[in-house]
Amino acid sequence: MLLQNLAILVLAGFIGFAVISKVPNTLHTPLMSGTNAIHGIVLLGGLIVLGAGVHGVLSKVILVIAIMFGTINVVGGFLVTDRMLGMFKRKPAERSQGEQ
Amino acid sequence: MINLRTSLYIVAFAMFIYGLMGLTGPRTAVRGNLIAAAGMVVAIVATLLTPHIGDWPLIILGIGLGVLVGIPAARQVKMTAMPQMVALFNGVGGGAVALISWAEFRHSGGFAGDAAYVIVASLFATIIGALSFWGSLVAFGKLQEIVPGRPISAGRLQQPLNALLLLGAIGCAIAIGAGDHHELLIIGVLIFASVLGLVVVLPIGGADMPVVVSLLNACTGLSAAATGLALNNTAMIVAGMIVGASGSILTDQMAKAMNRSIVSIVAGGFGGQVVAVATGDSVDRTVRATSASDVAIQMAYANRVIVVPGYGMAVAQAQHVVRDLAKLLEDKGVEVTYAIHPVAGRMPGHMNVLLAEADVPYDQLKDMDDINDEFARTDVALVVGANDVTNPAARNDPSSPIHGMPILDVDHAKTVIVLKRSMNTGFAGIENQLYFDPKTSMLFGDAKTMVGKVIEELKAV
Repeated sequence: MLLQNLAILVLAGFIGFAVISKVPNTLHTPLMSGTNAIHGIVLLGGLIVLGAGVHGVLSKVILVIAIMFGTINVVGGFLVTDRMLGMFKRKPAERSQGEQ
Repeated sequence: MINLRTSLYIVAFAMFIYGLMGLTGPRTAVRGNLIAAAGMVVAIVATLLTPHIGDWPLIILGIGLGVLVGIPAARQVKMTAMPQMVALFNGVGGGAVALISWAEFRHSGGFAGDAAYVIVASLFATIIGALSFWGSLVAFGKLQEIVPGRPISAGRLQQPLNALLLLGAIGCAIAIGAGDHHELLIIGVLIFASVLGLVVVLPIGGADMPVVVSLLNACTGLSAAATGLALNNTAMIVAGMIVGASGSILTDQMAKAMNRSIVSIVAGGFGGQVVAVATGDSVDRTVRATSASDVAIQMAYANRVIVVPGYGMAVAQAQHVVRDLAKLLEDKGVEVTYAIHPVAGRMPGHMNVLLAEADVPYDQLKDMDDINDEFARTDVALVVGANDVTNPAARNDPSSPIHGMPILDVDHAKTVIVLKRSMNTGFAGIENQLYFDPKTSMLFGDAKTMVGKVIEELKAV
């Protein structure tokens, strides 16, 4: 299991390098924000550990906070990225209008 | 059901990767972001389909609270505050990782009976997650200017202090690995790593903050991947690792744009000596102040104007008036372009986002390498709230702390107009030689107000 997971880990790392190295400077901030949202995947960890049935109030409180944090990371991250990118989206449309 | 979950995870990976590929081009970026977000929904649903998953009320409570906090925070934040928002969202991600490890420690009775790699991965995630949480909070504080932007350091004791804290965290971790299940040990790891996060970021100057946020982003990704290893969850491994890899590349590119190595940034290079160097040779130099009407006349009769935006434009929310000014000039037959330094503002692409918000055509924004040769053929360079990225000292003063940093060659333009609130130094705390150049004139005041005045005058010309 460990070796399988390590193989996945290494391959995922190379995908990360390959995909990202082609990004223009302009999109760096939205990109950082987008990748930031993706590591909100930690939310899954909270769901798994809490869902497995932990005992004790403190453990449950810790995990609810963790799930809340993870959700903020995901929801906030994608929304902020979308807001930033929404500003780029209008450009090509507007320019083609101007040319007509 | 496990097979269904795994299948859905595979769908989610494809969506993450395809989404990220979309994020690499302006036309596909919005769609890419949506696809990645949809991938996240698939991954969450798949996880909730795991057999025997329980405690639904608490799961719903956690997600509900997160949505309630996250949506308004993301909706209401101003475009200028974007960088600190990214820092904050990154921080909570790291915090979640650390908390999950702590809960897992409690759940498993101190990782009793877990394989060695699970313990190592969990403790790695704890340290990096806590460090990222507190480090991001300091970065947020500095960008929001709650915490002073200048470096706060323990001087010579800084490095030993960092090392001591790291050793403390690792020491507690080793004790856990050696089979001691006392909860104080994991709390020790958390505390040492948290304080380390604080003291590592505090000595770093505000100007380097974007690089730090990017670095912490990569760290959080790695810690998520480590948690995935510990919990044997492929989705977390893949998504976390992709972020770890991409974040490292982004950090490297940002550091290179500032001609700084990541190591020297983390070591807190921009120390107190900076101010001493800067004040030494500025005694008898004079600065020329100008008026809005003079600026309007200068620009109205120019052939080419290059606008150099910086953080000052972001603070004053001046992007819309700057766009109006540019339109007015274009109507008068003046060619207007924008010169974007890779690290102008507080993050790469910060200026592009703001100008795009103000409907500035995408093709008028020029990268540093494309436009630097153009300055020599330019009549007026209008610097709106940019400072360090225009400082010729980076080119010709080897004693300057920013020497070697690529800059916009604004001083090659025939005349330079600098819009600035005061003579205060920029984020790096260094005086700008450009302001003492005889062909430079300064228009003091809030960027938005002053550009507005220039527009009024320009209409009258």
